[in-house]
Amino acid sequence: MAHPKTEIMSQFETVIGLEVHLQLNTRSKIFCSCANQYGCPPNTNVCPVCLGLPGTLPVLNHQALLSAIKVGLALNAEINSFIKFDRKNYYYPDLPKGYQISQYDFPVAKDGFLIIKSQSKEKRIGIKRAHLEEDAGKLVHDNAQGCSLVDYNRTGTPLIEIVTEPDLRLPQEAYDYLNTLKLILQYLGISDCDMEKGSLRCDANVSIRPMGQTALGVKTELKNMNSFRAVKLALEYEVRRHEQVIASGGKIVQETLLWNDEKAMTVTMRSKEQAHDYRYFPEPDLVPFTIDKKVIDDVRVQLPELPQAKWVRFLSQYGLSAYDANMLVADAGMADFFEAAVKAYPEAKKIANWMAGPVLKELNERHVSIDQLKLTPQDLVVLIAKVEDGLVSNLAGKDVLTAMLDGGRGAEEVIREKGLAQVSDDSALLMIIDEVIAQNAAVVDQIKSGKPNALGFLVGQAMKKSAGRANPKKLNELITRRITHV
Amino acid sequence: MNLHSLTAHALLDLFKSGKASGQEAYQDVLGRIKEVDPKVKAYVRMSSHKPDYSGEFPIPIALKDNLCIKGEEITCASRILKGFHSPYDATVVEKVKTSGGTILGIVNMDEFAFGSSCETSCYGPTFNPWNLQCVPGGSSGGSAAAVAADEAIWALGSDTGGSIRQPASFCGIVGLKPTYGRVSRYGLIAFASSLDQIGPLTKDVRDCALLMNIISGHDERDSTSVNTPVPDYTKALINDVRGLKIGISKEAFGEGLDTEVRRSVQDALDLLKKLGAVIKEVSLPHTPYAVATYYIVATAEASSNLARFDGVRYGLRRQPALLRKNALVDMYEETRAAGFGDEAKRRIMLGTYALSSGYYDAYYLRGQKVRTLIKNDLDEVFKGCDVIVTPTSPTVAFKVGEKISDPLSMYLSDIYTITANLGGIPSISIPCGFSKSGLPIGLQLMAKAFNEETLLRVSYTYEQNTEWHTRKPKL
Amino acid sequence: MLLNKALFFPVFDDNILFMSVSREDVRYIAALARMDVPEDKLDGFAKNLADIVHYVEQLQKLDVEGVKPTSHAVPVGNVLRPDVVKPSLTHSQALSVAIEAKDGCFKVPLVIE
Repeated sequence: MAHPKTEIMSQFETVIGLEVHLQLNTRSKIFCSCANQYGCPPNTNVCPVCLGLPGTLPVLNHQALLSAIKVGLALNAEINSFIKFDRKNYYYPDLPKGYQISQYDFPVAKDGFLIIKSQSKEKRIGIKRAHLEEDAGKLVHDNAQGCSLVDYNRTGTPLIEIVTEPDLRLPQEAYDYLNTLKLILQYLGISDCDMEKGSLRCDANVSIRPMGQTALGVKTELKNMNSFRAVKLALEYEVRRHEQVIASGGKIVQETLLWNDEKAMTVTMRSKEQAHDYRYFPEPDLVPFTIDKKVIDDVRVQLPELPQAKWVRFLSQYGLSAYDANMLVADAGMADFFEAAVKAYPEAKKIANWMAGPVLKELNERHVSIDQLKLTPQDLVVLIAKVEDGLVSNLAGKDVLTAMLDGGRGAEEVIREKGLAQVSDDSALLMIIDEVIAQNAAVVDQIKSGKPNALGFLVGQAMKKSAGRANPKKLNELITRRITHV
Repeated sequence: MNLHSLTAHALLDLFKSGKASGQEAYQDVLGRIKEVDPKVKAYVRMSSHKPDYSGEFPIPIALKDNLCIKGEEITCASRILKGFHSPYDATVVEKVKTSGGTILGIVNMDEFAFGSSCETSCYGPTFNPWNLQCVPGGSSGGSAAAVAADEAIWALGSDTGGSIRQPASFCGIVGLKPTYGRVSRYGLIAFASSLDQIGPLTKDVRDCALLMNIISGHDERDSTSVNTPVPDYTKALINDVRGLKIGISKEAFGEGLDTEVRRSVQDALDLLKKLGAVIKEVSLPHTPYAVATYYIVATAEASSNLARFDGVRYGLRRQPALLRKNALVDMYEETRAAGFGDEAKRRIMLGTYALSSGYYDAYYLRGQKVRTLIKNDLDEVFKGCDVIVTPTSPTVAFKVGEKISDPLSMYLSDIYTITANLGGIPSISIPCGFSKSGLPIGLQLMAKAFNEETLLRVSYTYEQNTEWHTRKPKL
Repeated sequence: MLLNKALFFPVFDDNILFMSVSREDVRYIAALARMDVPEDKLDGFAKNLADIVHYVEQLQKLDVEGVKPTSHAVPVGNVLRPDVVKPSLTHSQALSVAIEAKDGCFKVPLVIE
């Protein structure tokens, strides 16, 4: 007998739409010339405009518009040739003007898509629109003192809002979409896409409907998810909740819910006013914009190679495995580093191995990105060459890398300084080998009597005697010769 | 020496010849203010800064209480902004200061510019210098009264539906609303963003041209400010209207127009005809819908522009004695209830209603479309004439208290002036006579966008051939 | 507590002129505009608004088929600002306008989310 829950689940289809808000990394804010900077002391990046003082007016940041066009193109969307701004009116202390300048009916981009790979299948997720708007300030609540404090530094930070069509069908797909989107946005270099810093935020809309039905069920909106994982968990929880409500004969109430990470559940927002009447109307203080085909073409020409295209190219151009290509493409900096390294030393697979192994380890331990690492592709390539030439053992090579990064020095310097140059000189090695053979007669007999694996033990002993500096390949060769000749 | 009753251009001549100084002029006007303002009540506060007399045009100026001046309290004649000291200068204020202007003080207005009589001010009304029982007009009533009473050599006001021109006409002075985008709105506390313009109120047309030279020009802080060069407006002061085509719209001379006003305007047209202008009848068929359009579009924008006055950041904050909904919402509601006067509340509610869900299409959107029809009417008429002439107001100044309890009848007094705001075109009011009761009558001229020069030329010609502008009220 | 607007505003039909503005309408709009209107003022405002709304209803008589709305009186477009930082207000200038301040922030009653 089928588990009742499974029965329920198989009756319903989940429909998910996501809204991502992205803070742009322009130098100045969207409508004024204040610095667009995170982490400054409260109310130190404010001016009459972003404070909403009486009499002030907005003027659009050129770079913000170009970035929005970039995003639209990267998402295969149509860039509207006529765009305008609108006022979204509501009251909240972090909204200085009592309205947010956003875009209603003529956003920068519409009708795009992106391809995600979810559960080994490719799926097309429609992008309904991408538009520009301004961010609000930051509110900190002090329950003990019974007050809230407002910092307007963040007011006027340029935002791009990206809205999907309700094409996602599983929380896992939502998670995959977010990662795919984030990577594309990172490649564009227009935002640091950091959910912890709040430069990337995500709200989700979810509903369920009986399988086969085309009409959408009642949806709930989820907010306050602080990581992609939280988005997935919140959606999983909410879908189950929808199912349980409907299965028990109830109706889903359209409302906004907050995800509570600690309690791992969604909670109704306490504010009584759920349905806002935003009274949208065209922003009279901003003029409309016509975006020429030439402007769009100029932006398109300047687009960087995007992750999907790069991945495909890495497979064919460098003969990399899917695993290696994934690892390199997952970070634009890594991919660029890799290509510069290959240019200097055409051993793509070896370089990929080093990057997937020792380099990635260093990045993780040091909590930095490849751009912040004090290592140039040339530096790495010099080290790899030395290992390949046999000057340093592979193992020692990893230590060299660490030392290079600690001291900011080149491979040659470190090798010399630490005396890590492998001993490959035959006569020096033979001295060690003879000692080892003499001390391990029993093992030598084992080898002679047909246990070649014991050779490794002798190599190990010789390595120890040489304080790790002997070239193991050479040792192997010499010991074998010595034993067979004796 | 009596400097306060002079025009700016006369003072500049005296300054040049060394017969008077900027400081003397300033002091003399201050003396006049002390003498007559207790009766006129044009000023709401005097400047807290000592002026610098060393500039090129050290002309004593009064500024409307909706123009931000750094370091001064600016309130839009509203309780909700009491205590707000602006940390920045409006662009026009910067320009006035750069030109050497000496700021006397801040003059009264209708609260947030909502009004045509200066009676909705939280400070109480200003009175018409020609008859202290009457209103000076609004919303720039303080600016107009100050200039008419020689309590300022000239003044700046703002015009959204006639708020410079109508008080200019009630007070017998010159008032110009520039083309939308000609003068920067940065620092003007907004009423209706797509209609507001700052403009001069002056004793004669030459002064108007001079002040326009000072305040006009592109401003990169105002996206709606137009980037076209500013001509020297004084070069338009030519006493010649031969061949100029003047249109009079038949809709403007219907019923409701005061007989004396009608006669004065007709006399003015006859004079212009005698001076060589060609008068032709034109039609602006959507004129009857202008006031309705205005009161939807302007109040909708105003309701949004005034949302920032909420007790959070600056100005007034009030909390009710007992908790009602929650502390924050209570603060919003109580602050705005206590801070806004009734007319402000009415307009905010009307505007909110016009934009609200389900009503947007029928009201705001429709209003914007009718605005297009009105603009089209103007474009059509200007194909065949250079200026359109109407009375500025259907009546002369009415008595204080007469219309204040009938908002709709107050709105209808804007019937002639509103069209220019909806069309974004420049418009001027100049004195053209007096009623039997001694109250000034104003003549309104409208021209195509960026054709202030045509307005100045016709106005100057008319003025040079009459002497209305030389009369002063007896105070 | 916001009232359900549908109860208090009649369904708008192009052929029917909106007849009146009630006290409840005023209460609803005032709440939307975050203004408290005392009970004894509701009728007065209702009448004022009704008169004005009735007056502006005449716009319904016009044929606006195919007419584009005017949002901007003068045809200006594409006004952009270079992405350059300019000095803002100092912290003390910014807070100089504050009604209540604490820890460098603007202070308001506790916001309940």
